[in-house]
Amino acid sequence: MQSQDRRVDPAGIVVAVLLAALAGVIIWDMTTLQITQTYGVGPKAMPIVVAVGLSLLAIGNLVLAFRRDFPQREQAAHLPIILILGGLVAVIVLIAIGGGFIPAVTILFAATATAFGRRAILTDLAIGFVLGTAAYLMFAKLLSLSLPMGPIERLF
Amino acid sequence: MDPISALGQGLLVALQPMNLLFALVGVLLGTAVGVLPGIGPALTVALLLPVTFKLDPAGSLIMFAGVYYGGMYGGSTTAILINTPGESASLATMLEGNKMAKAGRGGPALATAAIGSFVAGTIATVGIVFLAPWLVEVAIRFGPEDYFALMCIAFITVSATFGSSPIRGLTSLFIGLALGLVGIDKLTGQSRMHFGVPELLDGIEITTLAVGLFAVGEALYVASRRHLVQETIEPVRGSLWMTAQDWARSWKPWLRGAMFGFPIGALPAGGAEIPTFLSYSTERQLTKYPQEFGHGAIEGVAGPEAANNASAAGTLVPLLTLGLPTSATAAMMLAGFQQYGLNPGPLLFAERPDLVWGLIASLFIANAMLLILNLPLVGLWVRLLSIPQPWLYAGILVFATMGTIAAKPSVVELIMLAVFGVMGFLMRRYDYPIAPVVIGLILGPVAEQQLRRALAISLGDPLVLVESPMSATLLAIAVIALVAPFVMRGLGKFKAETD
Repeated sequence: MQSQDRRVDPAGIVVAVLLAALAGVIIWDMTTLQITQTYGVGPKAMPIVVAVGLSLLAIGNLVLAFRRDFPQREQAAHLPIILILGGLVAVIVLIAIGGGFIPAVTILFAATATAFGRRAILTDLAIGFVLGTAAYLMFAKLLSLSLPMGPIERLF
Repeated sequence: MDPISALGQGLLVALQPMNLLFALVGVLLGTAVGVLPGIGPALTVALLLPVTFKLDPAGSLIMFAGVYYGGMYGGSTTAILINTPGESASLATMLEGNKMAKAGRGGPALATAAIGSFVAGTIATVGIVFLAPWLVEVAIRFGPEDYFALMCIAFITVSATFGSSPIRGLTSLFIGLALGLVGIDKLTGQSRMHFGVPELLDGIEITTLAVGLFAVGEALYVASRRHLVQETIEPVRGSLWMTAQDWARSWKPWLRGAMFGFPIGALPAGGAEIPTFLSYSTERQLTKYPQEFGHGAIEGVAGPEAANNASAAGTLVPLLTLGLPTSATAAMMLAGFQQYGLNPGPLLFAERPDLVWGLIASLFIANAMLLILNLPLVGLWVRLLSIPQPWLYAGILVFATMGTIAAKPSVVELIMLAVFGVMGFLMRRYDYPIAPVVIGLILGPVAEQQLRRALAISLGDPLVLVESPMSATLLAIAVIALVAPFVMRGLGKFKAETD
C-alpha cells in the first residue's frame, strides 16, 4: 500500500531528524556526567547504547521515507486538536497560578466537548464543574489524595 | 509448597470480605471502562494507579487483576456491537461478532464471548497455578546476565517480531528506553537527562506516560478524524440466550482457543493478536458451516474470544514469576506492584506467598463474577455505549488530568502529560506502536541494572553474557527474533519477484 506519487514522504524525514536529535541530546548529556570508576560499566554505557540505537533507527526511518513506506493519512481536522491542547494549556496555567483543580477541569471538560462537536459551552461548563466538584470531593476528601487547591476547593 | 495447597492458602486470602469487595469493584470498573470505546485495560489500570496508592497492596492488586479481566470482557462487547475493536486483540472477535449483531444475533454473540472467556480464563488460570511454581524454580537459578538476556528477548519480540514493521516497533522501543534514562542512576547516584528540572530527577512517571499516550493521544486522534468516521451501535435484538446448536458449535472453539492463547501468552513474547488470529483461521478451516464465515459464524466469535482471554491470563506468568511484562496492560500491572515497593519474581513468591497466591486465586473469583455480571447485565453495559462521545472523551481527559496530578502534584507533570499526548497522537497517526514505549520505559532501567550487576560481578568481563549457557541461548533467541522479520520479508520479496 504505497502512495501513488513518487515523492519522498516528508513525515519520515522529520521522524529521522527528531530521532537523530534525541540521540545527540543523550550523548551531550552523557558527556556532562562525572567519571567515577566502577567495576564493569558505569552510568555512561546505557546512554551510548540508546543513542547508537536511535541513530541507526533514524537511518532506518529515512529508508522507510525514501521507500514511501509510510501509511496513507487522511486530512486531520485542526480545530479539535487546538481546542483540546488549549484546554490542557488552560489547566496547566490555572493550576500554576493557584486557580485550583475544579475550575481547571471545568474548562478542560468544556473545551474537549466542543472539540468533539458539541455547541453548548455554558451547559458543558456546568457539567464540567459538577463533575470536577464530585471528583474532588470523592478523591481528595474520601481517598485523601492531594489535588491542587484554589479558592473554590478551600470552601469544602 | 505444592501448587494446590498454595492455591488453597491463596483462596483464603482472596475470600476475605474486603478482598472480595476489591475484586467486585475491579471487575465492575474493568467492564464499564472496557465497554467504553477508546479505553483499554492498560489505560484503566493507569488511571487507577494513582488513586489507589494509599490502599492495601493485596486488595488493590486484586482489584487491578479484576480490571484486567473485566476490561477483556468489556472490550469484546464493544467489538461486537460497534465495529471498533478497543484493542488489536479484539480484532478477530469483531470480524464475525459484528456481522452476527447486524444479523440480529448480537445476544448469542455476546453470550458465547462471555462464556468462552470464562471457560478459557479458568483453564488459563489453572495453567498459571501449575506453570508459575515450576518457572519460579527455574528462575531462582537465574543470574543477572540471564535476566538481562530475557529482557532482550522481551524487548525484541514486543517491538520487532510481531508488529507490522520492525523498524517502527524498534523506534517506539528506543523512545521508551531513552525516556527510561531520565533521572538519578540507582547504582551511582548520578543524574541523567534532567536538564536542571528537579521534577525529572525521580525519572518519568509510568502513569504520566501511559495516560498521556493512551488517553490524551487517543482523544486527539479520534477528535482529529471525527469528521471521517461514523460509528453505529447495533442494538441487541432477539434472545440473549444461546440455542442448543450455538452451544454445540461453541464448546470446541472455546477449548481450542484456550489451547492457543495460554501458551503463546505465557511465552516472554506477548501479543494476543497471534493466538486470536490463529484461532480464527483454525475455526474457519474446521467449521461445518464454512458458508457462514464472513456473515456471522458463531465459531469465529467463540474461538478468538477464548484465545484472547487465555493469552491475557498467560501474560501473568512471565509477569509474576520473572517480573517481565509483555503487554501494555502487564506493564501497568508491574507499575502497580512497584508502587508498593514490590518486585514480582521468584523472591516475591518466597516472601509474600499470601499476596501472590491471593492474586492468582482472585483470578478465579473475578472470572466467575464476570460471568455472572455479564450474562444478565449485558443490557446495562450496552447502555454505557450511548454516552455521547463529546462527554465521554471530556470525562476521560478530566480523569486523566486528575490521575496525573494526584500521582505527583506538580505542573511539570501536567506539561509532560500534554507532551506525551501529542506524541501519542503523532504515533497513532504515523502508525508507530505505543506499547513498546511503555515497556521500554519500565523495563529499560531494570535491564540496565541487571547488565551492570552482571558486569560488576564478572569484574567487567563482557564474556559473562555468553558464558552462562542459559543467557547465551536466550541472547541467541533474541538475535534470531530480531533478524527473522527482516530475513522473512526479504524472502517474501524474493518470492514475489520470482513468481
